[in-house]
Amino acid sequence: MFYREAGDFSTTYPEDSQTFPIRFDRYRYYVVLAFAFLVVPFIINDYWANAILLPFLIYAIAAIGLNILTGYCGQVSLGTGGFMAVGAYACYKFMTAFPDLSMFINVILAGLVTAIVGVLFGLPSLRIKGFYLAVATLAAQFFLVWLFNRVPWFYNYSASGQINAPERAEFGILVTGPNASAWATYLFCLIFVTISALIARNLTRGSIGRSWMAIRDMDIAAEIIGVNPLKAKLSAFAVSSFFIGISGALFFAVYLGAVEVGEVFGITKSFLVLFMVIIGGLGSVFGSFAGAAFMVLLPVLLKVVGVDMLGMPTDIVAHLQLVVVGALIIMFLIMEPHGLAQLWRLAKEKLRLWPFPH
Amino acid sequence: MKDSSEGYTTEDGRKIGGVVMEMKNITLRFGGVVAIKDISFDIREGEIRAIIGPNGAGKSSMLNVISGFYVPQEGEVWFHGAPRPKMRPFQVAQQGIARTFQNIALFEGMSVLDNVMTGRLTHMKTGLFAQALWKGKAEKEETANREVAERIIDFLEIQAIRKTPVGRLPYGLKKRVELARALAAEPKLLLLDEPMAGMNVEEKEDMSRFILDVNDEFGTTIALIEHDMGVVMDLSDRVVVMDYGRKIGDGTPQEVRNNQAVIDAYLGVSHD
Repeated sequence: MFYREAGDFSTTYPEDSQTFPIRFDRYRYYVVLAFAFLVVPFIINDYWANAILLPFLIYAIAAIGLNILTGYCGQVSLGTGGFMAVGAYACYKFMTAFPDLSMFINVILAGLVTAIVGVLFGLPSLRIKGFYLAVATLAAQFFLVWLFNRVPWFYNYSASGQINAPERAEFGILVTGPNASAWATYLFCLIFVTISALIARNLTRGSIGRSWMAIRDMDIAAEIIGVNPLKAKLSAFAVSSFFIGISGALFFAVYLGAVEVGEVFGITKSFLVLFMVIIGGLGSVFGSFAGAAFMVLLPVLLKVVGVDMLGMPTDIVAHLQLVVVGALIIMFLIMEPHGLAQLWRLAKEKLRLWPFPH
Repeated sequence: MKDSSEGYTTEDGRKIGGVVMEMKNITLRFGGVVAIKDISFDIREGEIRAIIGPNGAGKSSMLNVISGFYVPQEGEVWFHGAPRPKMRPFQVAQQGIARTFQNIALFEGMSVLDNVMTGRLTHMKTGLFAQALWKGKAEKEETANREVAERIIDFLEIQAIRKTPVGRLPYGLKKRVELARALAAEPKLLLLDEPMAGMNVEEKEDMSRFILDVNDEFGTTIALIEHDMGVVMDLSDRVVVMDYGRKIGDGTPQEVRNNQAVIDAYLGVSHD
């Protein structure tokens, strides 16, 4: 009814290996993309951009990044916040050191710097795995936050210890700073999200993605059939950190504008992105979006229902949010370890036949 | 059968070529335990070579030495007429040695097709950036390798399950998918560790047919470990017999069957 593949035949291998092999799926994807690029910028306002759309887009990039490392390559990381901070501070340094550089290039350079840092902290993964690797990345998290707090060069010796994003324009339109309009910041982030998702999808369906998944599923067998574990693991760390660095740069420069590292990129940020990946679905690009949307929308939804509709005090709702998120994480881990992405797949299977199941 | 350094012709008329791999005085120890003691044998191009022996004889250790997973303390592995330097298992795979495992070692989270394509990884060379772009070089390489993978899938008759996650498949099919993954590498030497363990008679017959077909069609050199004597005697051209880490027999199935040491190892010796 909503979804069918009858009459859809792939006659070539490229057709069969495309991202949306079913025609209906493909059209829906184009419609969503067209809506996001052509309609939303005209109806967007400050509240929607700052409360929902910008955090969703930026967290989606971070979730894609972490999903590549944890979901596809099986390397658990708790250093996401620290790597986002690397992206943010790298972006800040590039913005202040080269005021004429395009913002696009600043953000990409920030991603590249983070990729290098990610590879450095990924080196222990060649020796240790599982919980032990998680603890090693946790060390990265604390070390990086400490570094950006303690070395004044990173925040250009400012008195407050904060970093503030200067105003930068792209094609004459402000994309950073307090005077940037909502639609411009939204479009700027959307471009990065779209390209990140495309790259992530291309990498995960090709030979590199297969070598990551082989390492995740059975590393010894992977090595014996010809996967170089060093190359696979470090490339996963590099690509993952690249995306996380981009999201950190956008989070600082476009979304917040001013950052105090311990507050914004602390351990809670690492867990938030990890929850997004778990709830959204490990090993799925779509899951990264679903998880980011879920974790961004949940507080807003709870606030609307709790404070505005039921008249509960704000602090109670804020605490309730922690309880709900915790319960959901446990629920997902027990009942659907593959997250929202798997629920979506199951729903599609059902909808394929609905309402005539036979 | 006439044996010479230039190869020989089997009973059913197949031409067997020169030596592909030669094990020279291999000794492998784990601490104080000697798993393999001073074993030498060769594997010739195009033949099916079996390694048999009672439990704990060191057969799987021998296979692990060939595939580079264990490094022997003494002795050399010669591949294509030269001693093989010390290398990591993935480098051995890149030289053209593929294997299957005694306890299936498939990638459970991936589909059958992805598993088989993983076997092609040693043939796929495009870099990170070309793959990020996908269009062009990466897509072309993917398609070319997909064609090879699909030929193998066709050959082993697993077309119907190519998009199924491997975790959902029954045991017999998993064994076949694992063979497909090893074959996808187009190996010069294929190592099979108990390809028929835990199978019923029909599945064993299927698997035997596939092994013979692989050898026949692609000319792949095969070394296999197997417990089912009937299968070994039917399939293999030459057999190495191991017991307690030593080689106690080597030759055609007929020769091995009449070897007193082999009979003693399998049936026991009376001590009266």
